[in-house]
Amino acid sequence: MSTAALAQAATDNGGPVGLSEAIAFWILGPMALAGALGMVFARNAVHSALWLALAMLNLGALYMAQQAPFLGFVQIIVYTGAVMMLFLFVLMLVGRDSSDSVVEAIKGQRLAAAVLGIGFVALMVGSLARALFSVTPIGLGAANGVPSGNVAALGRLLFTQYLFPFELTSALLITAALGAMLMTFPHTRTTAKSGQRATVEARLRGARVSPLPGPGVFATANSVATPALLPDGSVAPESLSEIIETVPPSAPAPLAPVDAHALVGADHAKSDRISSGEEAQP
Amino acid sequence: MTPTYYLLLSALLFSIGTVGVLVRRNAIVVFMCIELMLNAVNLSLVTFARVNGGLDGQVMAFFVMVVAAAEVVVGLAIIMSIFRARRSSSVDDANLLKY
Amino acid sequence: MSASLLATAVEQIPAATGVGAKAWLLVALPALSSAVLFLAGRRANTWGHLLGCASVVGAFAVGVALFAQALSAAPDQRTTELPLFSWISVGALHVDFALRLDPLSLAFVLLITGVGSLIHIYSIGYMAPHGQASGAGHSDPSRRRFFAQLNLFVTAMLLLVLGNNFVLLYLGWEGVGLASYLLIGFYQDRPSAATAAKKAFLMNRVGDVGLALAIFLLWTHLGTVQYSQVFARVGQLTPGVLFAVCALMLLGACGKSGQFPLQAWLPDAMEGPTPVSALIHAATMVTAGVYLVARCNPIYDASANGRLIVTLVGVITLLIGAIIGCAYDDIKKVLAYSTVSQIGYMMLGVGLGPAGYALGLMHLYTHGFFKAGLFLGAGSVMHGMNDDVDMRHYGGLRAYMPITFYTFLAGYLALIGFPFLSGYYSKDVIIEAAAAQPGWRGLVMGGAAMLAAGLTAFYMTRLVLMTFFGEKRWQNLRGVDGKEYHPHESPAVMTVPMIILAVGSVGAGFLLQLNHALASWLTPTVGELRESEGGLIPPSLVGVGTLLLSAAGVLIAYLLIGRRPTPVVRPEPVSWPVRAARRDLYANAINEALIARPGIWLCRALVYLDNKGVDGLVNGTAALLGGGSGQLRRLQTGFVRSYALGMLGGGVLIIAALLILRFGIQS
Repeated sequence: MSTAALAQAATDNGGPVGLSEAIAFWILGPMALAGALGMVFARNAVHSALWLALAMLNLGALYMAQQAPFLGFVQIIVYTGAVMMLFLFVLMLVGRDSSDSVVEAIKGQRLAAAVLGIGFVALMVGSLARALFSVTPIGLGAANGVPSGNVAALGRLLFTQYLFPFELTSALLITAALGAMLMTFPHTRTTAKSGQRATVEARLRGARVSPLPGPGVFATANSVATPALLPDGSVAPESLSEIIETVPPSAPAPLAPVDAHALVGADHAKSDRISSGEEAQP
Repeated sequence: MTPTYYLLLSALLFSIGTVGVLVRRNAIVVFMCIELMLNAVNLSLVTFARVNGGLDGQVMAFFVMVVAAAEVVVGLAIIMSIFRARRSSSVDDANLLKY
Repeated sequence: MSASLLATAVEQIPAATGVGAKAWLLVALPALSSAVLFLAGRRANTWGHLLGCASVVGAFAVGVALFAQALSAAPDQRTTELPLFSWISVGALHVDFALRLDPLSLAFVLLITGVGSLIHIYSIGYMAPHGQASGAGHSDPSRRRFFAQLNLFVTAMLLLVLGNNFVLLYLGWEGVGLASYLLIGFYQDRPSAATAAKKAFLMNRVGDVGLALAIFLLWTHLGTVQYSQVFARVGQLTPGVLFAVCALMLLGACGKSGQFPLQAWLPDAMEGPTPVSALIHAATMVTAGVYLVARCNPIYDASANGRLIVTLVGVITLLIGAIIGCAYDDIKKVLAYSTVSQIGYMMLGVGLGPAGYALGLMHLYTHGFFKAGLFLGAGSVMHGMNDDVDMRHYGGLRAYMPITFYTFLAGYLALIGFPFLSGYYSKDVIIEAAAAQPGWRGLVMGGAAMLAAGLTAFYMTRLVLMTFFGEKRWQNLRGVDGKEYHPHESPAVMTVPMIILAVGSVGAGFLLQLNHALASWLTPTVGELRESEGGLIPPSLVGVGTLLLSAAGVLIAYLLIGRRPTPVVRPEPVSWPVRAARRDLYANAINEALIARPGIWLCRALVYLDNKGVDGLVNGTAALLGGGSGQLRRLQTGFVRSYALGMLGGGVLIIAALLILRFGIQS
């Protein structure tokens, strides 16, 4: 859309809708409708978002055609740009892969929705029908004012007549931002943070005095997923990590005497043997 | 042609958005349908402003946009929280508050 | 206001002076004693019975003083009133708590406190456990309770006879009913006693309703309940109301006095301790009905039909009592039915109107003596026989308890109307007065009364023969508790009252009829004693006939019982008259069939109606709402989209309505 058309639109002084605008309407309107229908019928949520972006773009163009260039640009920049990006962002986070199932869970919901929707449209069309050919718009030429234009006129209104609501919206936006932060902040901690004293007491006076056994890191396996073995060869449950999938301890291979010596050293083995021999003698 | 056609378009878009809210189950899509309804209303407001020759309708549409932006932020945050708790973004899954 | 207006219309009754001003002591002494005994608890165990006796003896002393004062006054000055305080003052109803001292109430005061004192003293011995008859220094909580209740009875009975209005009479009436209930059920561990107490209370209630209705009627039509005002204005009552009042009062009297058709409770009331039977159910309370009729003599004088039903009730009752008395083996029940029968005589007497008020009251007086003596004698026999009441277990007791035997014999002879003893003077004149009634009434009443006199002689002779004569059947028997019988004479605390009462039985009648002493004493209250005339039977023949019939009764009893061994076990089967008499002439069965069963059916029907109808309505409403809510809450599916659909539907409807209003009306 050219600036000339915009200027022409801004200086519109009323009268019936011109031919160029009619052409624009009959192109943009059906496209907006198509975007809306596509959004409703697309099964994939991302597709829905894209269809909605199409509808909004066309709506923004329609605003401009109706002598509201400021709103039109805001629609395109803020809505189609920022808000739809936000939608897509959240979609990517949570609902990307969830396409609606075809089966309706609530009995009769679709039929009732269709009937009511069509009935609503019928009501609206019925009430608008008699105004279809008899309305002549006054136009915004006088309101916008020729030298300043639409944006300046809107700004004047906002900062004079609508100043208080405008300030209220600022409070609304701040509140919304704070609320969104609060709600999305991952507050997973449900108990108070335990201090140093509590930690020490839990360690010294708790059920278990000694530290938990470490994982079974031996020469045979260097993974932390290997459980520690108790003296009788069974698995020590405390050594198992809750997070890591534990590798089932393979049956301990019968240790060759040589390997055992290699592990504990020859002197130890000898003294072991002596002590056991002494025990066996009496 | 008269601006009434804009109003017809607005009514159609609004109805489509309504039906979308009723039939779609993905919370984000439902939310998008609500946005469509708001936009349809905005179109009506802009049209009224033009027909009546005053900028008040446009100011109203402007405020609707601001409120809609705030609403989008909070609504998406709610959807995020629900998703985090239920691992689902379907509005049908949040149905514990019932008989 | 109205009371003062009315008071001017009737004769002014002088206020009591002198001793009369202390008449409230009569009521206050036993009331205080009763309250102390009820409230003092265990502390009073050792001296409670002495306080109980002292209070009644004190009341008797006050009564004697009052009597002496009244005796010294002129006959028309003997009626006085002692207002104590204003009791009830509601709107037009004004009831004073005031005592009326007149010959009638004083006579009753002497009887109640005199016989009451003797029986209180007797109770010290009777209520003491066996072997501790002296009663000194031993404590038995049940005896304290007994004396508390007995004092309560004396209080209520004195209120009944002393009140100067019907409401006070009703207070005493209910009070004696309560005391009677408590004392009949005194042995709380016996189910039969509890049942008998309940029965007495319920049947009394039927009569009390009649009395209450009569008082209501009097209040409605005369606007006052005070005796003097009511009696002065009896003439204002229409004959219908008059008869209704008479009949309703008679119903009250029947309930309290054990008269037909409410006689069935009195024999059962013998479940209470024997002194209670003697005082309440022979001498005083059961004569309250006779007192009521005599007190209301101006009302009954005004209604011939009212008097007639009183006499009819009396005749029926005296026959019933005498017939049933012949069949029982329980010594106390025989005496109880004898009481029923004798009160029937009294009712017959007072029912005769001016010709009989004094006669009925005189019989009441003598009966108070000899029947109390007989009951005390029976109590003494039971005391010596392990509380056994079956006469078939007795026999030959006269050697073991001579004092009891001779005092009992005095009472027995007085009751059957042995010449020149009490009963002869009091009962036979009633029979003569009844027979002297004109026409068929004299024939029927006199005949029935004479027949009952013969029956009385029969059953009393039977009782005496079975108890004191014949073989000693108890020697081969064991008591209920397995112990052997060791009959023995009762202690002096019991025998002395019996001796005094026996003396009264012998001499009271002669003294009271001497120069028409009682009749002339009562004249200010019940009017001059009139000789009735016109009877079909000559009066001389009646007296002789009564004596002959009584002698025949004694003779038949001697032939049937005295000369034959008495079986220890009640013989079965027997002829139908005996069967009927043993079953109280089916009084209980009739009550059961006519009153109790329909009542139960009605209750069941009402319960059914309540369960199915009323509850059904209530529960049905609740169930309907509950079920509807249960269905309606299904709308709350929990699905947001359902709610949104509802919102859309509502929105469409509202918009449609708006459009119809906007455009539909225009077009």
